[in-house]
Amino acid sequence: MRKVQIAAKIISNKQLGQRYFKAVLAAAAVADKARPGQFVMVRPQTGVEPLLRRPLGIHNVCGRNIELLYEVVGPATGILSQKSPGELVDIIGPLGNGFCYEGRNTRGKGRPILVAGGMGVAPLVFLAEKIKKLKPLVLIGAKTKSHILCEKEFKGAGCDIKIATDDGSSGFKGRVTALLDTILRAPNFQLSNIYACGPRLMLEALNHIAQKYKILAQISLEEHMGCGFGACLGCTVNTVNGYKQACKDGPVFDAQEIIW
Amino acid sequence: MNPNLNIKIGKVKLNNPVMVASGTFGYGQEFAPFISLRKLGAIVSKTVTLNPRQGNPAPRTCETPAGMLNSIGLENPGIEMFIKEKLPVLRKIGIPVIVSIASEKDPTEFIRLVKRLGNLSAVSAIELNISCPNMRHTRLISQDASATYEVVKAVRRQTTKALIVKLSPNVTSISDIALRAEEAGADAVSLVNTINGMSIDINTRKPKIAMVTAGLSGPAIRPIAVKMVWEVYNKVKIPIIGMGGIIDTDSALEFIIAGASAVSIGTANFINPRISVEVVEGIQKYMKVNKIVDIRGLTGSLQK
Repeated sequence: MRKVQIAAKIISNKQLGQRYFKAVLAAAAVADKARPGQFVMVRPQTGVEPLLRRPLGIHNVCGRNIELLYEVVGPATGILSQKSPGELVDIIGPLGNGFCYEGRNTRGKGRPILVAGGMGVAPLVFLAEKIKKLKPLVLIGAKTKSHILCEKEFKGAGCDIKIATDDGSSGFKGRVTALLDTILRAPNFQLSNIYACGPRLMLEALNHIAQKYKILAQISLEEHMGCGFGACLGCTVNTVNGYKQACKDGPVFDAQEIIW
Repeated sequence: MNPNLNIKIGKVKLNNPVMVASGTFGYGQEFAPFISLRKLGAIVSKTVTLNPRQGNPAPRTCETPAGMLNSIGLENPGIEMFIKEKLPVLRKIGIPVIVSIASEKDPTEFIRLVKRLGNLSAVSAIELNISCPNMRHTRLISQDASATYEVVKAVRRQTTKALIVKLSPNVTSISDIALRAEEAGADAVSLVNTINGMSIDINTRKPKIAMVTAGLSGPAIRPIAVKMVWEVYNKVKIPIIGMGGIIDTDSALEFIIAGASAVSIGTANFINPRISVEVVEGIQKYMKVNKIVDIRGLTGSLQK
């Protein structure tokens, strides 16, 4: 799992509504090695402001290209969103451990459940593609109907999709974790593993539910990172096994390992 | 003819004046995928303490204008594990290994650490980190000229290895402290460690760093660091390792012209893991273009 630093050419960089964008980058050296749940450190800016790279989950891999789904939240993602096809973006990757979806850490014959909160859909599309033969169930949580992302991509991977919105404008009204609870409560539901990505509070709630139903949950933490490759020791996560680095030991952890 | 980039820190010969700042380069291996580590002048380890330290709680870092705050709290596996697992790997790189050490409670820990490292051939030099701002000390050793003198003096008696003393910029007169370190027998001083800083999330009104205060690094601190190197250069004779916001060749050269014999790349390693080697090549190119045959001729060559 060799990581590389490359200047990746932008193939496309499209706005998906609101502040969401999808960039496709030519990055064969990253695409070849990438596993679902891994990320890249992106530096679209030049100069010293903003200074640091930004971690973005690998949204999908298509041949020699990688896809990044991102929300414009600050200056770095703002600069990335302005880039045109043909321009170069400095990236480092693939980084982190990724989801474990074969062998160890997976069990049961039932369907896997993917739970995404907000931008948490980004790395789960790649995972859904890899485990499509297991026909995963995907729960997408969003603020409103217009914030729902990647329905099409998950459908394309043969997933069943259930939506939860905070205002009830689409699907279940309430948190995606509440939706998860109602699904797991159904007596005949054949379950195997939960894979989740989203805000920390959502993942914490999800951990309680996973424990209640005794299901293994792998969660991908969205942390601020200094370097992304284990040098700065800045993205510390408190776990039952001591401090770990989100960039190197994660970003995917067993939910029960985290001290929430 | 290729310009001469060789320098000496005490008895230690470096092929070039570019090293990496302690705490920004792990124990080297994190950077092996990106660069040929052998091309560096020297590698400075993450600071090691007698006992393992898990470091400070999260959040430990945050970005600030042209810089970053960190309060890692000297997370490290402790001296024994370092010697067993990290040092052999560092040695294999084949360039001088400078081991950064710190005390946790009592300055006498420095003596125990130096005794432990003093006979190991894999250790080329020892850097005394008496300036980490992220421990629970009220006052750092390097904030007190007499304490600096005493610690360096005591350590000097224990080892013939090259001794580098890392200084804090959070002082009234850094050159006074540097002078005392020199008098106590230091072979070199390295400056600057990070500058004390703080940042607040106005929505939660909480500090952005769990330990509240932290050390500021990056280009934001560079003019302060360059000035301090210049000030120290005018007061001491031992070599200076300059650092603080070096992000490219030009900024490395600023330090050398101000008086640094060598430079350390810190925060920039996080942004561009190849930067250290790029700076080596950049300095070489600058010397060729400007017909400087020896890097030592550039050190302290500030024009009035």
